[in-house]
Amino acid sequence: MINPGSNSDPFPAGLRVLVVDDDPTCLMILERMLMTCLYRVTKCNRAELALSLLRKNKHGFDIVISDVHMPDMDGFKLLEHVGLEMDLPVIMMSADDSKSVVLKGVTHGAVDYLIKPVRIEALKNIWQHVVRKKRNEWNVSEHSGGSIEDTGGDRDRQQPREDADNNSSSVNEGNWRSSSYRKRKEEEVDDQGDDKEDTSSLKKPRVVWSVELHQQFVAAVNQLGVDKAVPKKILEMMNLPGLTRENVASHLQKYRIYLRRLGGVSQHQGNMNHSFMNGQDPNFGPLSSLNGFDLQALAVAGQLPAQSLAQLQAAGLGRSSLIKPGMSSSPLVDQRSIFNFENPKIRFGDGHGQAINNGNKQMSLLHGVPTGMEPKQFAGSSYMRVQQQITGVRPGQNVQSSGLMLPVADHLPRGGPSMLPSLGQQQPMFSTSVSRRSDLTGAVRNSIPETNNRVLPATHSVFNNFPADLPQNNFPLASAPGISIPVSASYQEEVNSSDAKGGSSAATAGFGNPSYDIFNDFPQQQQHNSKLNDWDMRNIGLVHSHQDTAAASAGFSTSEAYSSSSMQRKRRETDATVVTAHGQNQQPPSRSLNHLNHVFMDGGSVRVKSERVAETVTCPPATTLFHEQYHQEDLMSALLKQEGIPSVDNEFDFDGYSIDNIPV
Amino acid sequence: MQRQVALIKQSLFDQGYLDEQFMELEELQDDANPNFVEEVSALYFKDSARLINNIDQALERGSFDFNRLDSYMHQFKGSSTSIGASKVKAECTKFREYCRAGNAEGCLRTFQQLKKEHSTLRKKLEHYFQLARQAGPKETARRPK
Repeated sequence: MINPGSNSDPFPAGLRVLVVDDDPTCLMILERMLMTCLYRVTKCNRAELALSLLRKNKHGFDIVISDVHMPDMDGFKLLEHVGLEMDLPVIMMSADDSKSVVLKGVTHGAVDYLIKPVRIEALKNIWQHVVRKKRNEWNVSEHSGGSIEDTGGDRDRQQPREDADNNSSSVNEGNWRSSSYRKRKEEEVDDQGDDKEDTSSLKKPRVVWSVELHQQFVAAVNQLGVDKAVPKKILEMMNLPGLTRENVASHLQKYRIYLRRLGGVSQHQGNMNHSFMNGQDPNFGPLSSLNGFDLQALAVAGQLPAQSLAQLQAAGLGRSSLIKPGMSSSPLVDQRSIFNFENPKIRFGDGHGQAINNGNKQMSLLHGVPTGMEPKQFAGSSYMRVQQQITGVRPGQNVQSSGLMLPVADHLPRGGPSMLPSLGQQQPMFSTSVSRRSDLTGAVRNSIPETNNRVLPATHSVFNNFPADLPQNNFPLASAPGISIPVSASYQEEVNSSDAKGGSSAATAGFGNPSYDIFNDFPQQQQHNSKLNDWDMRNIGLVHSHQDTAAASAGFSTSEAYSSSSMQRKRRETDATVVTAHGQNQQPPSRSLNHLNHVFMDGGSVRVKSERVAETVTCPPATTLFHEQYHQEDLMSALLKQEGIPSVDNEFDFDGYSIDNIPV
Repeated sequence: MQRQVALIKQSLFDQGYLDEQFMELEELQDDANPNFVEEVSALYFKDSARLINNIDQALERGSFDFNRLDSYMHQFKGSSTSIGASKVKAECTKFREYCRAGNAEGCLRTFQQLKKEHSTLRKKLEHYFQLARQAGPKETARRPK
């Protein structure tokens, strides 16, 4: 037997590994091997389940090992999600050793790629990726003034450098700092030599890309022009002390990826957007949600992986374009949305606004309900309905959310940022989800189920709240309308049950996923979205995670209280539509998603999406703890997926977003 | 008895039924997990039977969806590789090549061959494990020369 303790270094032992593979044989073997290395192994045979696990325990794992080919979700998508939401190192593995696949792993941000059959020797050293990542983050955060963790010895060494850096508050110093920082880092490395043990306590300092921050970022990027935006200039424009060029660079990368993704979607949605946008913020909804989500997802990680961001944005944008009638600006929107996501979770609201607004300017970013989007785009899709309702609601409410959503603003005057903190999250989610959902059509639904399920729970609560106040609806929900619709469909079922509960409990009455209930209410009101955003986000997040458990319901109960009234009405409508739609969607994947989808459809779904967003595209139903932000994304993706948005090849779930299907 | 077990194992390797990966698995076995390899094998055969079934159905339908078949086979190959079933793995590779070439007949032929190899290996391993259990746990951990 291999003696794992031979290296006598205590650090690697106890490393918490999450291994994901649909092949039970491989899974068993890997588990055994990892345990032999004295790691703490959690195995999972479904990507969505893995995501939900990760979301539930944000800091419960140190590293993820995932197979590339999995039936329910592409390994790369999972990789992106994880990178965006949790920013954990991910190792890909496959029996496929073709260069293209390995390259794909690299470009998607995998820290390593293992060829099956995996040997235990290869697994013994995976801890190096954890250490490396932590070190990098720590370094970055130091300068950015983000959460810098105390890493003991490292700190001391870093301290002097840090001080020096702190002296230069101007953003322009960023570069300088970066370079000097790097130098110091190197020195530090030398000094520390093999202080791996020290770094074992590394916490990952991450730059938290709040919604506001992200909005500023997006604004700067838009001003400079997406193609021409360089970290240095962006940094200068943002003029934030404590933010390093590196932070911006990595964020930008993610954003670009997001945008790219959205770009694919946007085409799809472009058409849709138009229709939606007419209304309230059609664009906003879908896009926002998408964007919001993506960003959120990204944000979650603290640093949106460039790719993911880009994708998100792309997705978001893609969607928004669809949503927005004039989506020409979708790209912009996407950007925004993507970035919006960055501020994970909360920011979403803002993000959305931006994203969506881009196109519409009007986009009342989802305030919760992508009102704009839905009706138009989803002609016929239930979502539309929801959205409409939402949008309808939103206008009034959106007031607040608009702050976040800022339909127009590139910057999304985040007036709302504060407002929406919760919303923000939601919104982003929706945006992404929306984008994802571009197809919203049935396809989306299916997809949504996956994500939605997760998200729903959370959203439910959120939705519930809305009913009235949510001006902010920033939720991406609104934007997600596209998405939500699909989701709602699935949710419908749930929602219906929840409806029974009564307004307050939009929560899953029947579902189990509290989130559903929310959705039910949602559709009706966009407000929900906004409302939800605030508090729902939290709930939603919670809800979702619990979806499977009663806990979710608990989450809902809170949410229920909120929205019951408004949401219910709407929900019912959507429910009806959703149900039908949903029926078709029945997407398997996620357990909860399906439910969520139903719920989601109403509007809640939208939310769900947002939450899902985290999952992005792949419909990660996983109950996302991300709550708000991610859910939407997830929802979106779930929705999109359901919709089967073929056109979009986003990583985001929204790919499948076929707005057409969205039952209005 | 133990020698017999060792010989059987050796022959499996010599004949190419198993490769080094199987040895890796044996290394993972210890007192705490004395039947690990057997458990993994059982799991593998159970799962691969399911896959074979799926592929059979897909082939019977006659609509040769090569992408789908390829994806099934990819899964099959992955698990076969992980357990060290080299002959089965070789057939998987061949099958995939035929898939990529769109050669339906080749696929069918190879698949028959694959099923044969699979069932042969299964029998041999079952026999081997049975003997190994009788011989005593230590035996299984021994590497063939």
